[in-house]
Amino acid sequence: MEQRTDKNSYTIIFAIGMVLGVGALLAFLASSLKPMITENERLEKQQNILYAMGVNDNDESSATFVSTADAPELFNQYIKQQLEVQGGKPVENDQAYLIDVKKEQAKAKNGETRRLPLFVGEKDGNTFYIAPIRGKGLWDAIWAYVALDENMVVQGAFFDHKGETPGLGANIKQRFFMDDFIGEHLLSSTGAFKGINVAKGNADPKNNDKTDNEVDAIAGATITGDGVTAMIKKDLKLYLPYFESLKGK
Amino acid sequence: MGKDSKLILDPLTDNNPITIQVLGICSALAITAELEASIVMSISVLFVLGVGNVVISLMRNIIPSKIRIIVQLIVVATLVIIVDLVLKAFAYELSKTLSVFVGLIITNCIIMGRFEAFALGNGPWRSFLDGIGNALGYGVILIIVGFFRELLGSGTLLGFPVLGDPIEKTGLYSIGYENNGFMLLSPMALIVVGIIIWVQRSRNKALIED
Repeated sequence: MEQRTDKNSYTIIFAIGMVLGVGALLAFLASSLKPMITENERLEKQQNILYAMGVNDNDESSATFVSTADAPELFNQYIKQQLEVQGGKPVENDQAYLIDVKKEQAKAKNGETRRLPLFVGEKDGNTFYIAPIRGKGLWDAIWAYVALDENMVVQGAFFDHKGETPGLGANIKQRFFMDDFIGEHLLSSTGAFKGINVAKGNADPKNNDKTDNEVDAIAGATITGDGVTAMIKKDLKLYLPYFESLKGK
Repeated sequence: MGKDSKLILDPLTDNNPITIQVLGICSALAITAELEASIVMSISVLFVLGVGNVVISLMRNIIPSKIRIIVQLIVVATLVIIVDLVLKAFAYELSKTLSVFVGLIITNCIIMGRFEAFALGNGPWRSFLDGIGNALGYGVILIIVGFFRELLGSGTLLGFPVLGDPIEKTGLYSIGYENNGFMLLSPMALIVVGIIIWVQRSRNKALIED
């Protein structure tokens, strides 16, 4: 037995066999599980959008979505319009939540027109405009769903990340951080787009002043916080022409 | 049975993979800022090391010695991808929590170390016990480090505030205690591991090398 496994020919045949076997196993598994994974991702987007506009199962300490079973029904109930904004002009698209923001950002880099998905929701007589945005954290991608009112004041936000450091940057998806954004203004007092700065030592740790365009940063997560600031400034600014057109109506 | 139970108990104390063999340090530094992350990582490694050791043990007589390290790498990478895919399909929420850790498992030296040192020379049952024992030994240290780092760094445990509210100044904070931000940074994990090694060696002098 020892001698047989030491032969070069055996080694090569074993290597080829193993690679083919493992490759076939993983390919089979990936393709047979793909429909379920895609469906999970679709439901997650609906849950994220609903979370941002305040339709969620939060208690005092957690950030909890509505259940996956209820998500499609609640999404249809609360989201009144799905729009694709191009150059400030909205076009209705009932599949807008499937628009891949990452691909649209890549298109914009290549000089093509970027489609901006926007969801108009209604709850308790208030209208919410929910925009999905995407940026870079310390290690990998970060993204968010930000619910705004017609004056671009944040009504709710959901942040998520792919690989930020647990305990530090990963805390952007904790409630204490996300809730700080509620009520924060994106525009300055003169009406120009200013964004929201994730700032450390801003003398307002309880976030009482909602018009200072600042929220308190997470200790030890400076680069992730800067990523959040940049993502909001860069992506939400693109929606400004649309919100200005709303005021004209 | 005595021999088998040693396979589980030894790595927990006198042959601990982190404090004695000094393996798996990178992941111990990277993810122990939170207790929950430490627990999740420990469970993930428990699964991959337990199953991986059995697979390598079953294949031990047919693996060509010249490419055995590559074969071990393929086995651990395959297991990690399978775990990731199955979780994404059937436990999506959990897969999101685990995403950072699943990738880190591939780089964990303990796994390759146990494949090479034990599974290649022993039967499946004993290899399984060895895998479980070492993963538990790794987990114990991770959880101890995670406990102290989260408690002293954020004043919370598993996300629940246990020392009071640092902004409202309640609990310990009312008498002047401040969270130690250094505890959340990786170097402090190394110092906590160092303290554990110190305590362990001072309790058992036989562990001290000349």
